[in-house]
Amino acid sequence: MWAYVIRRVLAIIPVMATVAVVVFLILHLNPDDPAAIIAGDDASTAHIENIRRQLGLDRPVYVQFFDWVLRLIGGDLGASIFLDRPVLQLILERVEPTLALAISTTIFSVCLALPLGVLAAWKAGTWIDQTIMALAVLAFSFPVFLIGYGLVQGLALELDLLPVQGFVSLSEDPVEFLAHLVMPTIALGLVYTALLARMTRSTVLEILNEDYIRTARAKGLANGRVLIIHALKNAAVPIVTTIGVGIALLIGGVVVTESVFAIPGIGRLTIDAVLHRDYPVIQGVILTVSGFYVLINLVIDLTYTVLDPRIRY
Amino acid sequence: MSTASTPLLSVRALETRFVDDGVALTAVDGLSFDVGRGETLCIVGESGCGKSVSALSIMRLLPPTSRVTGRIQLDGKDLGALSEPEMRRVRGNAVSMIFQEPMTSLNPVVTVGYQIAEAVRQHEGKSWAEGYARATEMLRLVRIPEPERRVKEYPHQLSGGMRQRVMIAMALACRPRVLLADEPTTALDVTIQAQILELMRDLQAETGTAIVLITHDLGVVAEMAHRVVVMYAGRKVEEAPVGDLFERPCHPYTVGLMGSIPELGSSLSAEGTPRRLAEIPGIVPSLRAMPAGCRFAPRCPLADERCHAQSPPLTENRPGHWSACWHWERAGEAIHVHA
Repeated sequence: MWAYVIRRVLAIIPVMATVAVVVFLILHLNPDDPAAIIAGDDASTAHIENIRRQLGLDRPVYVQFFDWVLRLIGGDLGASIFLDRPVLQLILERVEPTLALAISTTIFSVCLALPLGVLAAWKAGTWIDQTIMALAVLAFSFPVFLIGYGLVQGLALELDLLPVQGFVSLSEDPVEFLAHLVMPTIALGLVYTALLARMTRSTVLEILNEDYIRTARAKGLANGRVLIIHALKNAAVPIVTTIGVGIALLIGGVVVTESVFAIPGIGRLTIDAVLHRDYPVIQGVILTVSGFYVLINLVIDLTYTVLDPRIRY
Repeated sequence: MSTASTPLLSVRALETRFVDDGVALTAVDGLSFDVGRGETLCIVGESGCGKSVSALSIMRLLPPTSRVTGRIQLDGKDLGALSEPEMRRVRGNAVSMIFQEPMTSLNPVVTVGYQIAEAVRQHEGKSWAEGYARATEMLRLVRIPEPERRVKEYPHQLSGGMRQRVMIAMALACRPRVLLADEPTTALDVTIQAQILELMRDLQAETGTAIVLITHDLGVVAEMAHRVVVMYAGRKVEEAPVGDLFERPCHPYTVGLMGSIPELGSSLSAEGTPRRLAEIPGIVPSLRAMPAGCRFAPRCPLADERCHAQSPPLTENRPGHWSACWHWERAGEAIHVHA
C-alpha cells in the first residue's frame, strides 16, 4: 500500500516536468516579444534590447529554461509585466475566493446529486425518475452566465436577499463570506449537479440488477441499507471519478462565474493576464492549475484503494 | 402429495406471470407442493421451466413486472397476505435463499463477516460485535478454515467453493426453517459440489431445516432428495418419493431426463457396444407459444392425438406418486436412443 502511495506520488514528477516545458515554451514560441511589451509602444530599439538583456532573454534557450526551472523550484514564478509584482504573490492573494468557490460548488453538487441520482435509479421509470431527469436536462442546458444573471436579478435585485456581487474573506466575516458564495455556487454547480446526478442514476441502476443486490434483499434488509451499503458503495468508484473530473472542469467554469459575480479570484487574474499578454502571470496560473489537477487526480487514485478492496497496486 | 408430517411450507396453485409489452407470459402455471420439517424436496427441470421463478416468487424477489397468485403458507401463515415490511422480516429469517452464482452473489466491496453480521443484526436486533461473533461461528459451521481471519476478508479473496459456503453460512445465520437453494452447486467443480452437498445434508440433520433444492442435475437429486417434483414448461408433470421416481418414472419427460445422463464408463463397456446417450428431441416451448394440449407432446415419442388436444390432469397413479400423462403406464418406453 505505502509502496503504491510513494510510487504514485513520484509519478507526479514527470507530469509536472512536462507541464513546465510546455509552459516555458509558451513564452518562446509565441510571436510577441516580451521585451517589446514591457518597453511599451514608443520604445526605441536600444531600450528594448536593454530590457531583453536585463530579463536574460538574449541567452541560449536551454540556459534560460534551466534558470527558470531552478527559480521555479525555489518558489519564484517571476514578476508580472503589467503589475510589476511577484506572480506568486498575485496568485496567493487570489487563491482564497477560487478555492472557496470550487469547494462550495463541489459540496453543493455532491449533496444534491447523489440523493437525487440514487432516488431516480430506485424509482426508475416512474414519474419521480422522469421529473429528476427532466430537471437534469434543463440544468444542463443553461449556461453558467445565464443562471448567474437570473439569480442576481431575482434573489439579489428583486428580493434583496443576497449581495449582488463581490467576495468577503472568511477571516473577515464568515456570514458575509457564505452569503457571497450562495449565488456563484448555484450558478456554477447546477450543470455539474446535473452531470453527477445522471451519472449516479445510470451507475446505481446498473448495480441494482446485480446478483448481490438480490442477495441483500433475500437477507430481508431494508431498502435504505440495500441502496446505501450495497448499491452506492459499489457505485462509488465511477461516481468519485466523475466528481474528480467535475472538479477539474469547474476551473473552466470558475473563470466565467468570477466574471459574472466580480469575484477577485484566479479566474479574473487569468482573464486580465491574457488581455494584457502578461506572460509570467499566464505561466504562473497554468502551473498552479496544472498542479491542482495533478493533486486532485492523486487524491482520486488513492481514494479508489479505500473504496474498492479489489483495487491493489 | 402429502407427507407423514404436517407441511412446513405449503405452496398451492402458484402462478407467476410477467407482463411484457401488454402481453402476460405465464412462467409458472399452477404449481403446488409441500415440504415438511427436515425434508429435502428437489425441483428438477430444464432451464426456463420455471424452477427459479417459483423460488423467487415464494421470496417475493421478482421485479415489479411480475404478478404472483396462489397461496404460499409457512407453518399455516399466509405469506401472500404479508405487507412488504412484514415480508422483509421473513426473508433471510424464517425463509432463506442461496443462489446459483457464488462469484457474483456476494457484495465485492464489503467483508464477508459484515454481510453475515448485517442479517443477524437485522433480524435479531443484535449488536455488530454479536453479529460478527455469529458470523465467525457460522463460517466455522460451514467448515471454512481459520474463520477468525476469513471473517475480515472480502469475497475476491475466497475461492468459488468458499464463497458458496459463505452464502450458506449467511442463509443459515438466522436459523431459517426453510432454505430455498437455487442450483447451489451448478457453478462449482465436481469435487467441491460433493462437499457442498454433504455440508447441506449435515447442516440439515443438525438444524432440521427444510430444503427446497432446485437443480437440473439428477445426480444431485439422487444424492439429496427425499421427494422430487419434476417441472416442465411451468407446470409440475411428476412428483414422487425419490426411490420410486428413479425406479419407475411415470412421465416420458422424466424418462427422457434420466436417459440423458452419461454413465461413468458406459462407453467402455466390456461387451464392446457403447451405449449412445439418449436425448430429448426438440426444445422447451417458448412462453409465447405454449402447445394447446400436453406441453411435452411435441417432443414426446408416445404422443397421440389426445395428447395434442387435451392437457392431462395430475393424477396419483401409485401411492404418493403423481404424474400428468395420459400414457403414464407406458412412460418407460419413451426412451429415445439414436442407434
